[in-house]
Amino acid sequence: MGAVAARTDGRQALVSVKHVRHFYKRGTSSNLLVLDNVDLSLYDNEIVALLGRSGSGKSTLLRIVSGLMPPSEGQVDIDGHVVKGPADGLAMVFQSFALFPWLTVLENVELGLQAQGVPPEERRKRALGAIDLIGLDGFETAYPKELSGGMRQRVGLARALVVNPKLLLMDEPFSALDVLTAETLRTDLLDLWCEGRMPIRAILLVTHNIEEAVLMSDRILVFSSNPGRVIAEIKVGLPQPRNRVDPAFRALVDDIYARMTAKSTATPAKEGLFPGTGISMSLPQVSTNTLAGLLETLAEPPFNGKADLPLLAERTQMDVDELFHAAETLQLLRFVELAEGDLKLNDAGRRFAGAGTDERKALFAQHLMTYVPLAAHIKHILEERSSHRAPIIRFQDELEDSMTEADAETTLHTVINWARYAEVLAFDGETGMISLDNPAEN
Amino acid sequence: MTMATSSAGSRRIATISATVKSAWPNRYDVIVFLAIGALFVAMAHGAKLMHKPLAGLEVNPVSLDPRNLPQYALLTTLRMFAALGFSLLFTFLVAPLAAKSKKAERVIIPALDILQSVPVLGFLTFTVVFFMNLFPGSQLGAELAAIFAIFTSQAWNMTFSFYQSLKTIPRDLEEVTSHFRLSPWMRFWKLEAPFATPGLVWNMMMSMSGGWFFVVASEAISVGDTKITLPGIGAYLSVAIDQKNIGAVGWAVAAMAVVIALYDQLLFRPVVAWADKFRVELVAAQATPESWVLDLIKRARFLSAISGFLDRLLQAFSGNVANLSKQIPETPAVSSRANRIFDWVWNIALLVLAVWAAWSVISYIHATLGWPDLAEAVTGGFITFFRVVILIIVASLIWVPIGVYVGLRPALAERVQPVAQFLAAFPANVLFPFVVVGIATYHLNPDIWLSPLIVLGTQWYILFNVIAGASVFPSDLSEASTLYRVKRWQWWRKVMLPGIFPYYVTGALTASGGSWNASIVAEVASWGDTKLEAHGLGAYIAKATNDGDFHRVVLGVGVMSVFVVTVNRALWRRLYALADRRLRLD
Repeated sequence: MGAVAARTDGRQALVSVKHVRHFYKRGTSSNLLVLDNVDLSLYDNEIVALLGRSGSGKSTLLRIVSGLMPPSEGQVDIDGHVVKGPADGLAMVFQSFALFPWLTVLENVELGLQAQGVPPEERRKRALGAIDLIGLDGFETAYPKELSGGMRQRVGLARALVVNPKLLLMDEPFSALDVLTAETLRTDLLDLWCEGRMPIRAILLVTHNIEEAVLMSDRILVFSSNPGRVIAEIKVGLPQPRNRVDPAFRALVDDIYARMTAKSTATPAKEGLFPGTGISMSLPQVSTNTLAGLLETLAEPPFNGKADLPLLAERTQMDVDELFHAAETLQLLRFVELAEGDLKLNDAGRRFAGAGTDERKALFAQHLMTYVPLAAHIKHILEERSSHRAPIIRFQDELEDSMTEADAETTLHTVINWARYAEVLAFDGETGMISLDNPAEN
Repeated sequence: MTMATSSAGSRRIATISATVKSAWPNRYDVIVFLAIGALFVAMAHGAKLMHKPLAGLEVNPVSLDPRNLPQYALLTTLRMFAALGFSLLFTFLVAPLAAKSKKAERVIIPALDILQSVPVLGFLTFTVVFFMNLFPGSQLGAELAAIFAIFTSQAWNMTFSFYQSLKTIPRDLEEVTSHFRLSPWMRFWKLEAPFATPGLVWNMMMSMSGGWFFVVASEAISVGDTKITLPGIGAYLSVAIDQKNIGAVGWAVAAMAVVIALYDQLLFRPVVAWADKFRVELVAAQATPESWVLDLIKRARFLSAISGFLDRLLQAFSGNVANLSKQIPETPAVSSRANRIFDWVWNIALLVLAVWAAWSVISYIHATLGWPDLAEAVTGGFITFFRVVILIIVASLIWVPIGVYVGLRPALAERVQPVAQFLAAFPANVLFPFVVVGIATYHLNPDIWLSPLIVLGTQWYILFNVIAGASVFPSDLSEASTLYRVKRWQWWRKVMLPGIFPYYVTGALTASGGSWNASIVAEVASWGDTKLEAHGLGAYIAKATNDGDFHRVVLGVGVMSVFVVTVNRALWRRLYALADRRLRLD
């Protein structure tokens, strides 16, 4: 029961995305580029996964394909027709299920049909059919409040299928579910697909779960973040049903981890893994607890200083975003080296992992001031002032020149928290003033 | 309650299909139908009474016979509901407009904000004359004036609530409606109205509770020479005061208590329990509201069949037009330049309007009044302001500890909360005569002794909000404070007061707003021929109304509005911001 391989030669693409770029307008300053020159095609009889970390614009791309928002540049064709608004023949399944709490399961499923003006008897019949198909028979009169997460997503799926779409769009459909429920739903969906019991021609799936992408899709498009760009296209030729422990499966997963952590050749050399340079490097929110924990885990057996990222993810139960943020931060601070899907502890990192609290703080402070320009900058400014104090607003305004408000706030608070751990700076939340260490003195 | 709801719900669906077999009403049907029948009879009776000519009022003045009270109570209630109906209509028209159009929003929201602060009873003066002239010779004018007064006490906050709901619709639900291309009509009935319902219902009920006060006050209106007493409990009370009949006052209090109790059980609670279905938190709440009336209605089998039919009708109603509006062609994109020009024109028009309005108000006042009058009004304003502040503080000192004590004990809270809500609904002006008699008899100083009347009705808002706040205080925080043996004063300062602060602010804000309104009827009180007067802006407005001096009324109302809006911005908003920044428990 293998999935029919997609034939791309000569056939017209079901979905064709051409040179799509998308900006978010940012008040006065320059716009934030979210998607950069995305080209992709989707053919009949295939499941394509858009895989990337948060901020890679994949959900935005999905909404552009569905017509919910127009792209700033470029165009999307579906079956040869240009998409100019919410298009016919599409259906979307949402991460948060998006069910109306005041409608029963049956009424929720009928929603799309009612909007199309389908008469009540036919509506009811088709809705009951869809509910039966996804296995919620008996729950027609239940309200979403009474259902578990997995059941709610099934309702979302039934609602999508009942309108007989050509294309099914799925926006991280399983990430709000627990591991076991997600697994059940995935296999059920794959069963329906392989047996041809769903009338759809293709599925476009957005996910940040690497294993899920390899498990489900025929083709994976890997996205970079900031801005979103397709950095790799990987064909998954494995027959269904796929096995997670199969060596070929694991090799694919490793390969994808490697690609996602590698510097892209398309980006200019000066851009590292964090967007921006110098003090305008946009940093993610990672706590020192996480960083210390990761270093300790790396140092211990079974890794003993070198870890394969997928295995590390499994061991620490971190998802792709958290793990990459932490790993990249540690690399920035020169405690580890990140290369080809592996994380390697260096000497400083080994020392940190084995040291006591005070020594850790001293070591961290040293690396922070050396390798994080913003921290050094703040300290420099404070030293210059005679009162050795400055309001946080001052730095926030400075950062907002080169990044969004939200990013500026996150970056600033992250650096301040790191500096507080290192006992290099102090911050008074009530007054909003940063000062040089030892709050008791102020 | 969730399980009960679902089983009741499934029972409902089962009984729809069962209606074919057994449509015989069960005993619950009988009870409910009798009740509805009585309601219709009452409405018809009341409607007939309202249409009598004005002269009839003089021939049949309000009689103090207690046997008339049920009829008066009925009329009072009907006025309330008529006003509620108008408020709902206003809400459905104005709130979507403000939510969808940025230009309209810029006008409507500040307008609502200010209108909320204008003392309702100040409005009454003008509307009485306006409506009376609209329907000369008929009682209808006076009725409409009373209804309008109540309308102004309800409509604004209902509109605000609906507007706010429209602005905070969850994004994913909005995407679903765009994705399936729901027509605007269908979108309103499937998404926007249901989402807004819980907030709207709560505000509606709170408005009605506050409205009883104004009903009572507006049924006996005297504007200069025009003196109206519409048949109703308020008028009954006013006549009783004139005739110094304390027994009649007692009857009025009893009647009012019965009315409020009935309204609470038969309307407030069932509707709030029903609206629970629309809450978007997808986790079954611990304490879902319950109502025996709602359960009764759900059990009435025949009624379920009818409601099932109505449901299908509503489904058709909210969906049918979908077919038509789908074919609307895309509106051509207006060039952004044209948009900006239009913006300019709109803003200039608003500015011109504002200037003209200010000029006409000022010139009107200036026609007969001068600076000394303004000084008098402002001084009165400050006096009333201090009165309100002191009394709110006193009420807080009394009720916050009690509220916390009750709130921390769930069993007790369950019994006390409804009582507190009842007390908040009960129109305090019905109780004024007792106090006034006391003051008159013992020759006490009205400036001091009339003051408590101002918070008599509004202090309960502090109580039940504090109870609510204490009852949702996280149990792990109170456990931690017990384990660490946090002592009395420290406990209050560091644990409890910050914890209930947002709730307290809500209660105190409502109480303060209500107190300003109450001052108009509390600072000037009479018992027969004895007239008691305290100094203050409320007294100023009341006297001006009595004299029919419209210029003074406009000045007084204007000054009071300025006070309320200023206190709102300067004090309450800051406190809310503080609560939001530092004292949120999430």
